[in-house]
Amino acid sequence: MKFLRAFAARVVGHCIRLFARAITAVRADWQGIEPVPRQRVYYSNHTSNGDMPMIWSVLPPALRREVRPVAAADYWLKNKVRAFVGPEVFNCVLIDRRPEVDDKPMDKILEALDEGASLIIFPEGNRNMTDADLLPFKAGLYNMGLARPEIDLVPTWVANLNTIMPKGEIIPLPLICTVTFGAPVHVGKGESKEAFLARAAKALTDLKPVVAT
Amino acid sequence: MTTTTVDIIWLTLGSFIILVGLTFLGEVLRSRQDANAQNPVLETYMTRVQSWWGMVAFIGLAMLTGKIGVTILFAFASFAALREFLTLTTKAQADHLSLALAFFVVLPLQYFFVAMEWAGLYAVFIPVYAFLLLPIVSALRGNANKFLIRVAETQWGLMITVFCVSHVPALMNLRFGGNGERAILLVAFLVMVVQLGDLLEYFFGRRIGRRKIAPGLSPKTWEGVGCGVISAMLIGGGLSWITPFGIFGAMLMAGIASIVGMFGNLVIAAIKRDRGVKDWSHLIPGQGGFVDQLDSVVFAAPIFYHLTKFFWAA
Repeated sequence: MKFLRAFAARVVGHCIRLFARAITAVRADWQGIEPVPRQRVYYSNHTSNGDMPMIWSVLPPALRREVRPVAAADYWLKNKVRAFVGPEVFNCVLIDRRPEVDDKPMDKILEALDEGASLIIFPEGNRNMTDADLLPFKAGLYNMGLARPEIDLVPTWVANLNTIMPKGEIIPLPLICTVTFGAPVHVGKGESKEAFLARAAKALTDLKPVVAT
Repeated sequence: MTTTTVDIIWLTLGSFIILVGLTFLGEVLRSRQDANAQNPVLETYMTRVQSWWGMVAFIGLAMLTGKIGVTILFAFASFAALREFLTLTTKAQADHLSLALAFFVVLPLQYFFVAMEWAGLYAVFIPVYAFLLLPIVSALRGNANKFLIRVAETQWGLMITVFCVSHVPALMNLRFGGNGERAILLVAFLVMVVQLGDLLEYFFGRRIGRRKIAPGLSPKTWEGVGCGVISAMLIGGGLSWITPFGIFGAMLMAGIASIVGMFGNLVIAAIKRDRGVKDWSHLIPGQGGFVDQLDSVVFAAPIFYHLTKFFWAA
């Protein structure tokens, strides 16, 4: 049974990547770093539930095996299908957001990092439904950078997904999606939380492709 | 094997021989230069030649499978081109449904009508039905911001990437006496004269080009275009045996298709310049996107189709 579940997870993973490619022709643009298997935290803008599968799909196989998206437990444990896809296909680090649960998210994240995994995180904490490029970052990215200073924090801009799959729509539009990876940032010596988060956010928005309209 | 099948095999083999020549030329140039030297023009050229190998193989195989194969191939090309086009157009969430309809209903229906040979329908479906109905779907969501720009750009995308592209497989519906199976060769004729004309226009433009046609838009020169069109006419004359045009008719049709295609390329360049992009996408190595590759064929196809229909079709 265990073998069958693992096999099914592989098949579903292939289908997700095939679907992402067929619909959005998604591709990676490695601007600031090379796609080499180093331990990294990919932090990304978040406008759609499709963001994480897109980043996951464009990573080369060797990097994808090592990467674990950090995601909300209430979303991924909602039904049986999600409970299979989230933890077993994407190998998510699940965070319980319920206030009554005394679950320390940072402990789980550091534990995953100490096991050698790379992470995909969305430092805005929630999906961005506004016209602004980014919501203010939560402290998580800073805390990670402070606790594990040797790990690269890689800005990762996912373009177009808010148009491809806006909230409330059922049919995804087949538009081209590009995932741009920028130069990594690290927490500087004595750098304040606010200064670092502003710098990290700027590094991310700088990757946004420019299209005149 | 029918004579048409034999002709398709000959055309594919002929194209492969040209590609062997082009690949050979590139490798000679590569080996003549210093081992450490980087020549971006040459590398781009070689990447393009590689993409052409793939394209010739795809079109050749599609033509051997017959009408259905060619129609499906161009339907997929349309899908990729529409995706590139609408990625860069102005849109709002209010257009989500009308854009989804454009991709998943209008596009398949247009190619279905082409496959069914319903000429009266595929000639008006997008310019009339889609033109009127999609803006209604958008308007129902009640967002007036940039409305005219949104619906106009969507319609333009559909006209270029679906309506115009679908006129390439629609050539197979034309009849010139006989049972009509030779009409498939017109697809090869159009694609070959336009693409080879483009290639030679580029070559001559770099060699002897002086006066630019539209300096703000494109490096195309009058000298390059002139030589390209004359080359296309000569190639068209040489290929007249696969057409119902006769030698001079074939030269004339090749010349018209080539001129329209080259100026169509300028139109597409203007759109790209306006949106601040160099290529439409990354899908064809060395060429950019499907729109970059197809732009000249796209513009030439409907005009080539209607001229052929008016003057030669039974």
